[in-house]
Amino acid sequence: MKIAQKTIKFLTIALITLITATSFAFGDQKKHTAENVGGEVNTQEEVTAYIQHHLKDSHDFTFFSYTSDEGKREHFSFPLPVMFWSSNGLVAFMSSEFHHNDDGHVVVDKDGMKFAKIHSKIYELDKEATSVSFDETHHATNAHKVLDFSITKSVVGILLAALLMFLGFSALARQYKTRNIPKGLGRALEPLVIYVRDEIARPNIGEKKYKKFMGFLLTVFFFIWILNLLGLTPLGFNVTGQIAVTVALALFTMVIYLFNGSKDFWAHTLWMPGVPYILRPVLAVIELAGFVLIKPFSLLVRLFANITAGHFVVMSLIALMVTMKEAFGPVASTGMSLALALFIMVIEILVAFLQAFIFTMLSSLFIGMAVEEHEHH
Amino acid sequence: MGTLLNDFSPGLFAMQIVILIILLFLMKKFAWKPILNSLEERETGISDALASAENARKEMQNLQADNERLFKEAREERDAIMKDARHVSATIIAEAKEEAKEVTSALIEKAQASIQQEKQAALAELKKYVAEISIGIAETVIKKELSSKKDQLALVEEILKEVTLN
Repeated sequence: MKIAQKTIKFLTIALITLITATSFAFGDQKKHTAENVGGEVNTQEEVTAYIQHHLKDSHDFTFFSYTSDEGKREHFSFPLPVMFWSSNGLVAFMSSEFHHNDDGHVVVDKDGMKFAKIHSKIYELDKEATSVSFDETHHATNAHKVLDFSITKSVVGILLAALLMFLGFSALARQYKTRNIPKGLGRALEPLVIYVRDEIARPNIGEKKYKKFMGFLLTVFFFIWILNLLGLTPLGFNVTGQIAVTVALALFTMVIYLFNGSKDFWAHTLWMPGVPYILRPVLAVIELAGFVLIKPFSLLVRLFANITAGHFVVMSLIALMVTMKEAFGPVASTGMSLALALFIMVIEILVAFLQAFIFTMLSSLFIGMAVEEHEHH
Repeated sequence: MGTLLNDFSPGLFAMQIVILIILLFLMKKFAWKPILNSLEERETGISDALASAENARKEMQNLQADNERLFKEAREERDAIMKDARHVSATIIAEAKEEAKEVTSALIEKAQASIQQEKQAALAELKKYVAEISIGIAETVIKKELSSKKDQLALVEEILKEVTLN
């Protein structure tokens, strides 16, 4: 009886969702026939462009955009500060001055310099130029990139994740002052900390040396996991899918294991014992490349590619609602899109944990390799 | 690779590095260190408690075994004592019986002997007395023999009467 009730509830919710989503699909069509303005996402190319745009970092925080009844494109968003190093020093303004434009058509004038935003990158226009001109491959010909330190959406995401982590875990730390067994959120966080310690750090680094690296491993694990999960919310973060972020994370791991390498580690890397002398320099090059390039690269690309692919797939499946409408009709395309997107979303929740786990796991494995001390025979 | 490099944003990279360093420092100081220390403290506490519980259990077992052993020993000792006592009492009784028997038989013998002796003595006295009486009677008879036959007989009768009275 209970199960039947639950099923009915679930079906009702599913039906309401389907109807709502379908009505949106109908609505889109209506507006599409009306006099159109840019920014709507209705064709395969627009969908692809939209996804590409999402995967990149963004200078403003947009929750959603819609076209009002007057046919004007409205953005539900808030601006973020733009700060960058131009040829004349530091420049700062709010991202709202670009008016959500991302193809270089809006030129912002600041201190006699002109700036445009093209595909989430800020360009400084040459002195005499008034608008950006492009060549055939859509590269700006009269503008160059600036060193951009803006508080972008990703930076907001990083700060949010850092804040969440700090609040959650410092609260857990404070709980131990008064009680032995934490309660509330701490009770859920504690096993995760123990998991990282006992399943990731201890077996890979070794009982003797793991303590030194716990701070880094725990921080990185929860940082990546929280950001991965934030990426699955409708807030639309894609922080761990930013190559700059994963490069920074992998760089940290590399610096840590290179600086903590034991004598044995360097001996085995640079002058492998038990191998003919002539081979040793060759092996040294291979080993060094492995530790300095290949291992960090595999770390950063794995995380970046998994998260990017996840976002791409989920968004593509949601877009099926629009792109398959002509082939299957609005109801079937919406239902299919919802079912598939839900399915992939559930997998993505697993992937969010898995990628955080793998990154931490491999980091501790590499650290373990570096700090290991061999017994000499 | 080209797109990857193009997508790489040095600014975001720098921001991430700076934020991560600050975050690492803060988390280490305010979260990880106290959390891990407390966890370790708790774990050692638990394992200590378990070990001491195990020790207490073992001690208890030892005590119980000791008790059992002591109890068994005591019982054995008691049994031995009881056995000894029974044995001793039996011997004492037997000895007493033997002694009593000896004493009584000795007494009886003695009594018999004294009875015999008394009897002999009595007989001897009696013999002596009878002889005396006979002599007396004979004396008297002989004295009065000539007076009258009748008187003689009467006298004999009288003397005899006297004799039986004695």
